[in-house]
Amino acid sequence: MVKTKSKKQKNEYIIMDKETTAIVFGYQQRAIQRMLDFDYICRRETPSVAIIVNPTREGAHKCFWGTKEILIPMVKTLKEATKMYPEADFMVNFASFRSAYPTSKEALLTKSIRSVAIIAEGVPERRTKELIKIAKEKNKWIIGPATVGGIAAGGFRIGNTAGMLDNIVTSKLHRQGSVAYVSKSGGLSNELNNIIARNTDGVYEGVAIGGDRYPGSTFMDHITRYEKNPDIKMIVLLGEVGGMDEYDVVDAVKKGKIKKPIVAWCIGTCSKVFPAEVQFGHAGARAGAALETADAKNEALKKVGVAVPKHFDDFDKEIKTTFDKLVKSGKHKPIPNVEPPIIPIDYDVALKQGIIRKPAQFISTISDDRGEELRYCGIKISKIFEDEYGLGGVIGLLWFKKKLPKWAAGFLERVVLLTADHGPAVSGAHNSIVAARAGKDIISSLVSGLLTIGPRFGGAVQGSADHFTKYLYSEDEPTFMVKDMKSKNINIQGIGHRIKSVTNPDVRVTLMIEYAKKNFPKTETLDYALKVEKLTTAKKNNLILNVDGVIGVLSCDMLRGIGYTRDEVREFVDLGILNALFVLGRSIGFMGHIMDQKRLKSRLYRHPWDDINYMMPDKPEVIK
Amino acid sequence: MAQRGIREYDGKKMLSKYWSEYFSKDFKFPGKVVLVDPETKINELTKKFNWLNKEKLVVKPDQLFGKRGKHGLIKANASFEEVNKWIKERINKETKVGKVTGKLTHFLIEPYIPHKEEYYIAIKSNRSGDIIYFSNHGGVDIESVWDTVAEIQIDIGQDINEIKIENKLPKDTPNDKKKMFVNFIKGLYKFYIDLNYAYLEINPFVISGNEIVPLDLVARIDDTGHFESSGKWGDLSFPAPFGRKLTPEENYIKMMDEKSGASLKLTVLNSKGRVWTMVAGGGGSVIYTDTIVDLGYRDELANYGEYSGNPTTDQTYEYAKTILDLMTREKDPKGRPKYLLIGGGIANFTDVAKTFTGITMALRDYKKKLKETNVKIFVRRGGPNYQEGLRIMKNLGKELGVPIDVYGPETHMTRIVDMALGGK
Repeated sequence: MVKTKSKKQKNEYIIMDKETTAIVFGYQQRAIQRMLDFDYICRRETPSVAIIVNPTREGAHKCFWGTKEILIPMVKTLKEATKMYPEADFMVNFASFRSAYPTSKEALLTKSIRSVAIIAEGVPERRTKELIKIAKEKNKWIIGPATVGGIAAGGFRIGNTAGMLDNIVTSKLHRQGSVAYVSKSGGLSNELNNIIARNTDGVYEGVAIGGDRYPGSTFMDHITRYEKNPDIKMIVLLGEVGGMDEYDVVDAVKKGKIKKPIVAWCIGTCSKVFPAEVQFGHAGARAGAALETADAKNEALKKVGVAVPKHFDDFDKEIKTTFDKLVKSGKHKPIPNVEPPIIPIDYDVALKQGIIRKPAQFISTISDDRGEELRYCGIKISKIFEDEYGLGGVIGLLWFKKKLPKWAAGFLERVVLLTADHGPAVSGAHNSIVAARAGKDIISSLVSGLLTIGPRFGGAVQGSADHFTKYLYSEDEPTFMVKDMKSKNINIQGIGHRIKSVTNPDVRVTLMIEYAKKNFPKTETLDYALKVEKLTTAKKNNLILNVDGVIGVLSCDMLRGIGYTRDEVREFVDLGILNALFVLGRSIGFMGHIMDQKRLKSRLYRHPWDDINYMMPDKPEVIK
Repeated sequence: MAQRGIREYDGKKMLSKYWSEYFSKDFKFPGKVVLVDPETKINELTKKFNWLNKEKLVVKPDQLFGKRGKHGLIKANASFEEVNKWIKERINKETKVGKVTGKLTHFLIEPYIPHKEEYYIAIKSNRSGDIIYFSNHGGVDIESVWDTVAEIQIDIGQDINEIKIENKLPKDTPNDKKKMFVNFIKGLYKFYIDLNYAYLEINPFVISGNEIVPLDLVARIDDTGHFESSGKWGDLSFPAPFGRKLTPEENYIKMMDEKSGASLKLTVLNSKGRVWTMVAGGGGSVIYTDTIVDLGYRDELANYGEYSGNPTTDQTYEYAKTILDLMTREKDPKGRPKYLLIGGGIANFTDVAKTFTGITMALRDYKKKLKETNVKIFVRRGGPNYQEGLRIMKNLGKELGVPIDVYGPETHMTRIVDMALGGK
């Protein structure tokens, strides 16, 4: 029953159907997908969106065609689009109220484009009128402005018209019926789809001309088309208070130009109960002169024989009666419904409805950026400031998922302060400086420094935690540890200093020990390390527990103090938590050095020849 | 989003400000106009506008209503002292103008121009262009001399310079004034277009020496032209029509509406009415109100209200509370039930369940009062997730012990009106 006509034979009264392809102006991804989904349930053979015009980007847009993914080309200008797709004769214009006029004008002046739907609200009346003039001269169609658009059931959907897919199927819009409607309001078009679907064999086409004072096409323009189209058996008109456009329909019916049955209603009959002039939602809806009232229009329509109910509450019955009469008279055989193909549900929709599940690829247990406010381990960021969590507190939340007691947070902050820098000469800082002077950016320079951190540089913090806990947790005596390490020929990490000694203690170490003794609930690793120190300093005065060592062992004690078992502490040590602390602190220093060099505009570093002992042989060893 | 009336003062100010851009130098409009509002220190005006003390003056209210002469609201040929006194007797006072009562707050003071001839010019817009109306017989009652009015239609896009205006003037136009009128008409038309006017009527304007002086000016501007013309508009305000006094609740909703991208509207028609509506969507809300009136419950209708454009939960909560508060303030004197219609058509994309969240919060807050005032609630809505929304409402009825009847798209949109009021 759907007559497919080839392009050239297309009747002038059809502006959108199953073969219409469109240019979408504006990168409205959801609207584009909705148009394609509609195509799919209508069993269209090709997508209704031929190409997208996006003034700021070109390339291709990926979207679904049923369950498959397809690419729709995207270009920056309408000119390119029409050149590539001269058969696309419809433009769905999502341009803003500012650019709706120039873009629509360009489209109307383009030979291959026959119809333009203008979605934007707030197009100046004068501009719309200019567009209307062009359209009239060129024999083209404008739908809108300020509209959701319209729909050709079973064929073509303008943008977002008719809402969600399940509603489209409920309203039988996936196939052609025989009733065409035209309304001003786009918001009510969905209700019209519903009313018509429930009381007739369904919608053939529906257009919302938009709420502006000067709509690009009028009720009469569309009703004239509907009258000519033999597939349309009945017309529904939803008018509105304000303006005189409904009287064109009254005239046409009176003169016998429209013979098909029309069911009409003009909304806004309540305007008479309002005291002063209340502006309804639409720009055109303003009851001024007596003729512009909804009551007067309903009366006039009724007078010429249009089916007008007593009130909107009987609109459905009026439509049903009129349709049933058509059927009874034998002029029309109701078009049966057809099953639409199964509609794939979007993943996020299905998920929201709780009808699908899938194992997640990622699990995150420390923070959540969704919702109103960022949260660290459940604590809102505002609360973190309010309760003065500080750096230590935040480390506690993100590393240990614990709200740390003050002493533990304080300890972590002290570690960061202590490890922040150790001068420009150490390997890491040196590397950062060299990289910075080579003109590298701050991140590359920082990383260049960080990459030196390991077993020899900065690794002692990690190493000491490892060494001391290994022996302590195996319940070995300090004497055994010293002996065992000696026999394996491994230096105990965290022991020994170049200058400092028992008699000349490192003030950093003293401060940390004092803090721990005063605040930590227990200091078993520190105590163990101090026993080891006693043994090593007995051999040599400078084999003291150094700052790296004290940080290493106290970190382990801190972890024990906030409730971790020895096994868990080892786990933290093994995953490198001490290196993490060192990296955190020392990055401050590295970045300082990098910025320092950049501000000094230091030039590329080249190591002096005289500082290199060149010992190159005269010739390589020859392998026989 | 429509044509909106502007003050006579603003219209005249714009004309004088851009006079040299649009009109011949041979005649001018000095634009001596002063606007007085309740904040104005009238006694200090003479410092800034010294002509106030030197000339005879005219004063009249400037609040978007016409026929001020007929209502005795023009004082002409008066000294500044008299004008001052006249304003003080009227400002901020309730005044009845025709059928409408409101406060007079804005007054326009101009020089009094003695004159013999009064002329008429108006520009109106229609779908195909604009029409200029011109007559040598201006004055209050132009309709009675409409056969002296020349009509000049200018199509959209047509250059007014291509039209021989002099041939279209009324036959009784004095020869010595033709050139001046042609220039004035052309200039005014260009001004009208450039500044996105939608209606302009000057009735009358007079000629005094080499000055053209508009005595009475009415204008509407297309506010969607803002992005094109706001530079020329300057700091232009669109006052509310005279006499529309908002109740505190209406004002509260209006303020929310202005601050938000969503649309929230409330007009209280009869606070003692038993039928209150809270309807989603501009068109839907009108249809519900229509149906209540058309089914004969006009006297019971309490309000017009609408929420749309995706308001936040907070906004719908505040909106619903405002309505619930109004409707539960007192019981019906005859002890009859009150009705709340939470209606709407089929939403396109709005998550219905989500929009109900704010409403359910408010209903919970008013549980006690709803019962005390015997409120029955009817819900009808469709659209995304409506099943869940309706379920929430149904359960809420049980939870609160307030009757809530719930319907979806299978029920005709307005049927709940008759169910509630007709007891069907």
